[in-house]
Amino acid sequence: MASFLAGRMAQSLVLLVLVSIIGFAVLHLAPGGPMAQFALVPGMSQAQLAAMSHAMGLDQPLPVQYWQWFGRLLAGDWGRSYRDSVPVLAVIAARLPATLELMVAAVALAVVTGVAVGILGAVRRHSVFDALSTAGAMAALSIPTFWFGLVTIYVFSVKLGWLPSGNRSTPGDASPWGYVHHLIAPACVLALVEVAVWSRYMRSAMLDVIDQDFVRTARAKGLTERRVILHHVVRNALLPMITLAGLELPTLLGGALVTETVFTWPGMGRLFLDSLGYRDYPVVMGILMVSALLVLLGSLLADLLGAVADPRIRLG
Amino acid sequence: MTDTPLAPARRFAAFLPGPRRAAMRRPRSRAVSRFLRHRLAVAGFAVILLMVLACALGPLLIPYDQLHIDLRARFAGPFAGPHVFGTDQLGRDLLVRLLMAGRISLTIGFAAMALSTLAGTTVGLVAGYRGGIVGAALMRLVDAVLCFPSVFLLLALAAFISPNVVTITLIIAATGWMEVARVVEGQIRALKTRDFALAAELMGASARYVMVNELLRNAVGPIIVAATLTVARAILAEAYVSFLGYGIQAPVASWGNMLNNAQQYLGSAPWLAIFPGLMITLAVGGFNFVGDGLRDALDARVEL
Repeated sequence: MASFLAGRMAQSLVLLVLVSIIGFAVLHLAPGGPMAQFALVPGMSQAQLAAMSHAMGLDQPLPVQYWQWFGRLLAGDWGRSYRDSVPVLAVIAARLPATLELMVAAVALAVVTGVAVGILGAVRRHSVFDALSTAGAMAALSIPTFWFGLVTIYVFSVKLGWLPSGNRSTPGDASPWGYVHHLIAPACVLALVEVAVWSRYMRSAMLDVIDQDFVRTARAKGLTERRVILHHVVRNALLPMITLAGLELPTLLGGALVTETVFTWPGMGRLFLDSLGYRDYPVVMGILMVSALLVLLGSLLADLLGAVADPRIRLG
Repeated sequence: MTDTPLAPARRFAAFLPGPRRAAMRRPRSRAVSRFLRHRLAVAGFAVILLMVLACALGPLLIPYDQLHIDLRARFAGPFAGPHVFGTDQLGRDLLVRLLMAGRISLTIGFAAMALSTLAGTTVGLVAGYRGGIVGAALMRLVDAVLCFPSVFLLLALAAFISPNVVTITLIIAATGWMEVARVVEGQIRALKTRDFALAAELMGASARYVMVNELLRNAVGPIIVAATLTVARAILAEAYVSFLGYGIQAPVASWGNMLNNAQQYLGSAPWLAIFPGLMITLAVGGFNFVGDGLRDALDARVEL
């Protein structure tokens, strides 16, 4: 277990360095480099620009710059937003909770629905339900999230008037129900793709387990079919799902960005788009790094949990 | 499609007695029949074919130009009057715009697929065959790029370029080659220890010959599947970037930017949002279903 942990951590560290190199490259890909924004300020002279460049260390060779930048990154100094000079980490920290709230709601919804659909599909293999859920999952994977969001707003907000069309709460209304009310539509929209993915994975995980000897033994013991499925098959089929949760994080974060845009949700995704619009590169970079870090941490955590839950993996 | 994963077996089949030889000789026709049994895949293929034909020929048959503005015919509803799918806020014919946008979306989809499949196959081939430090380094790079949610990376890159069909294709390819690389690397790593690859190496064949003629040829099936799914991904990616305003720019139509524009008229002219979304879903779904069917058809182990 200890060597597994150490190996997995080392792997994550290597990935972290690679991720930071990619992030650094993206920032320096900006036309004119990170200083381009200041060149547009009226009355800014070449001498001033050069002085600023020097002050920010931008006149040093790229590897040196990368090294200094990476050091600051580790120390928690991620630069300041071009827009309002607030530290990047503070800007992101202000927006992250809304995104996490949306993601947690969507994942909870997707796991419950997806697992249920997957179990039913596997138990009634080749039934009408199985065929429909398979085709439905493929179709759900093909629907662009933003369009599904627009259609949801049209049907439930414009036509029926049941759900608010955006934002996290109504100004002046601090009741918990108000928050939940606003959360329903975006969470469902974000969950759609995940439901499809989870139901497919759960179905195949069930089928991997359902023909194994211990299941036959359970049946031979005279257990009811319900007990066999719920206590023997589902339990074992859920194990690989833990690792899957880690794999799904990038998709989920990308989906959150789009969902936040459609529903004007004040999260990190909207911040990312606004910052792109303002050419606020430090914030753009910061969000890229935070999302990659979340993905790295998520998959590390999922692997560890998977190893704890499944004794067979522990040796590997 | 020039070859299937069954190729080594087929070469071997020449040495088998009568009936077994006949059974093994035609993996391609067996693959076709498996594919046809997959009705959704056939439906998906029909949709793609129809869409390509409609986008290629349709605009020639419709008496409107995609940029022709007719303010007397603003917000004409669908299925009534001369504009079959209605018109937008400037009175432009929606159907012809959908088809012209389809040309762009499908072109980007296919071109990005070709580029990212080429890049992914090259990386996967080298990583899988060489293995060792080179292979590990390449695959860690793949893992690192996959850490970024692709929409974020796509937008960050798109914001730095002047968007047109070529640049958008390039950045979609740049963020979409990793899956192919993973598939190819896994295939090559498994294939290179097989007897036919060892035999070729013992014969003194060059590494390049073994990689391309022995290993790659036998990994064509999974590559085709991955490439098909990559088209779906690329069309979706273009739609996302254009919807968020960093892709194809107005007045040139793409399904994504038509939806962006439709957002503000959602209450009064919902058809402006419904049709482009349907087109994206149909195109992406078509490729997803075909990819799924191809996976079953080309993988001899999946019994239907």
